[in-house]
Amino acid sequence: MTFKLFSEHLLIVVAAEVLALAVGLPLGVLCYFSPKARKPILWVVDVLQTIPALALLGIIMVLAGAGKQTVIIGIALYSLLPIVQNTNLGLLQVDPGVKEAACGMGMGRMYRLIHVEFPLAFPVVFTGVRIAAVNAVGSAVFAAFVGGGGIGTAIYKAIRIQNMNMLMQGTATLMAIAIALDLSMGWVEARIKRGHSSMKKAPARRN
Amino acid sequence: MTKFFEIYGQMLLRAIITHLEYVAISVSVGFVIGLALGILLSRIPKWSTFIMPLVSIFQTIPGIVFIGVLFLYLGMKPITVIIALSVYAMFPVLKNTYTGILEVDEGLKEAAKGCGMSQFQSLFRVELPLAFPNVIAGLRLATIYTVSWAVLAAMIGLGGLGDFIYQGVSANDNTLIIAGAIPAAVIAVALGALIDRLQKLVTPRGMRRGAAQ
Amino acid sequence: MIKFEHVSKKFGKKQVLDDMNFEIPDGQFVVLIGLSGCGKTTTLKMINRLIEPDEGRIYIDGKDIEKVDKVELRRQIGYVIQQIGLFPNMTVAENICVVPKLLKYDKESRDRIVHEMLDMVNMPYDEYAHKYPSEMSGGQQQRIGVLRAFAASPPIVLMDEPFGALDPMTRETLQDEIKKLQKKLNKTIVFVTHDMGEALKLADTIIFMEDGKIVQMAPPETMLENPANDNIRRFLGKHMNDDAVTLTVEDFMRTNIITVDKHRGVRECTERMARTGVDTLLVVDESDKYIGTVSIKDIRLRGKNEKLIEALITDNAKTVRRDGDAHECFDHLLNSGDNYVVVLNNDDTIAGIVTKNSMAKALSDTLWGDER
Repeated sequence: MTFKLFSEHLLIVVAAEVLALAVGLPLGVLCYFSPKARKPILWVVDVLQTIPALALLGIIMVLAGAGKQTVIIGIALYSLLPIVQNTNLGLLQVDPGVKEAACGMGMGRMYRLIHVEFPLAFPVVFTGVRIAAVNAVGSAVFAAFVGGGGIGTAIYKAIRIQNMNMLMQGTATLMAIAIALDLSMGWVEARIKRGHSSMKKAPARRN
Repeated sequence: MTKFFEIYGQMLLRAIITHLEYVAISVSVGFVIGLALGILLSRIPKWSTFIMPLVSIFQTIPGIVFIGVLFLYLGMKPITVIIALSVYAMFPVLKNTYTGILEVDEGLKEAAKGCGMSQFQSLFRVELPLAFPNVIAGLRLATIYTVSWAVLAAMIGLGGLGDFIYQGVSANDNTLIIAGAIPAAVIAVALGALIDRLQKLVTPRGMRRGAAQ
Repeated sequence: MIKFEHVSKKFGKKQVLDDMNFEIPDGQFVVLIGLSGCGKTTTLKMINRLIEPDEGRIYIDGKDIEKVDKVELRRQIGYVIQQIGLFPNMTVAENICVVPKLLKYDKESRDRIVHEMLDMVNMPYDEYAHKYPSEMSGGQQQRIGVLRAFAASPPIVLMDEPFGALDPMTRETLQDEIKKLQKKLNKTIVFVTHDMGEALKLADTIIFMEDGKIVQMAPPETMLENPANDNIRRFLGKHMNDDAVTLTVEDFMRTNIITVDKHRGVRECTERMARTGVDTLLVVDESDKYIGTVSIKDIRLRGKNEKLIEALITDNAKTVRRDGDAHECFDHLLNSGDNYVVVLNNDDTIAGIVTKNSMAKALSDTLWGDER
């Protein structure tokens, strides 16, 4: 277990989430704007999550080659479901009264989205990001198989050389990251939600 | 393409069958145990307050670790894979059964009691049927996870579609990777869709409209 | 017969029921009423042992229900709840037959029951038997909820605010139906509500509860005529003084009136009239007995030469006793052109007066409730 593997792991997770947000947020907004687009988009991101991790990484590797980029793309694709779903859900749940008021004050569609609806939907969106990020910590283990490094490398190696100690160390580190991430993001989430206390409680989507 | 099937056709078919076997056995075992434990826990809420968080933590341990640990203890046997996958399949079923039963409307539970149903009758005639869509959603998750983790069986040399992917990756042979990845993806998506159908079938007509999620 | 003997119950520190004692004879429609938290629902749920008492005993037909198996007991007692509680995974027919099935009736008799039950509320079997609850309106659902309680023909049916969540029109219809059903099937029904109108309409006996105690247990008429305390009176509100009851004069009189002693001076009286804005004073003697009236007109005509009002008193104002028939008093006011009628106590002292105004006000209070 080296610091290099640890930082590689984090890098993969962060990069993947940034990518997932860049793609997922617009998709979530699109779902919200167009009920017609909603069904196919949600279906596709759902199917993406259904595909076994190694299979997905294998396919991406054929296109993108071995290395971190493959893992980052793969995990980003996995992260789409909670992000798209919660963005859509969060926006849908914004109090219709507020939406009407914003409309009535003469705000344009985009203005309304950026200044009213999205800020109100943010806690729910953040929940989606948290779920995605925590899951990503686990999925990033697969980086080892496509030459992406990270903690998975240590675990994989431990299994091959049958070293229980090393395996446990790797696992413990992994879980520590996951739990720390979950707790810290959960704390942030609670703070945001308290700030939005006037808003109706939005149920977090977890599987 | 034809050449590929000539060389690998038999192997691929065997891999798919092995893969499906792993999934079928583990999911069945996991489903039965998860369902039973879920029901049991719903009857003793005291225990569940500390067992449920424990289950959640366990669930975050990557499957590869689980297979790895069992491999070190049990050695390279199919049972290693089956046990690891069964445990994985059990978690979502257990969780969904438990929450499904707990979420049944209080009014209905009281009505069942007031009608003179025993605990047992209330469970089997009212609570479980109402929780069933939830249970099936758990089964769906379990199945998809299992298809995914079964790929890892190859890591300890126990076949399945993972074999192709591993060999492809180490030999840098894209054809082999695709040959393993595509069927694995198709199996996962197909089984998911199948269970979605099943869920619609088992959901009582009266509950379909306001569909419990 | 249902009998409560010294039944008490605490939830935590709160005394929910405090030494409840009562009996409900067979075939009675009994309504438990009171403010929320008064213990009415707790009382109801003790009858089928959904809640167990801390102290005391409950008997049904002389049997201590604590000694009867809970599940068996509940199968002998119908139960309807406010949330309706139809099982969404079962059809109407299956819902109706939940208890008969638990009691292991055979398929044929169960089928017959469904037919009979649906027939009773005029819901055609072919149309409704195989529907699911979600496919029906709230009113229809609760109809089935009621039928489910009656299906195994239990001698006792408990209803916990069954119509509380329905719109007023549907509620009326269901009330009528339940009353008909009860008469026809001769059941003992224990019914919880907080709606006095519903209680008066349905009950043979109303049990009014407050803080876990029975304040009054009486038939509706008795309660209307003779409410045991102010809270009951408030609850009865607009339902009081229904035409069935004879109304007396005192219900309509005004009591803040101005009387003067006959030995008072004329000038003083004039001033007093001017100050209070009235044109007539009621005059009493030394022992407060009514002797007549003095009006401003009389003073103007004849008062110049008099010092005391005694000489100016006339006694042509109509007088009635306070327990006299209000009807007669009304007729007089409306027909004679008099502005008031003097109401006397039995010892001839003045109780008050009835004017057209006081009459109208009392009427409006009765009709629309005393909302001050």
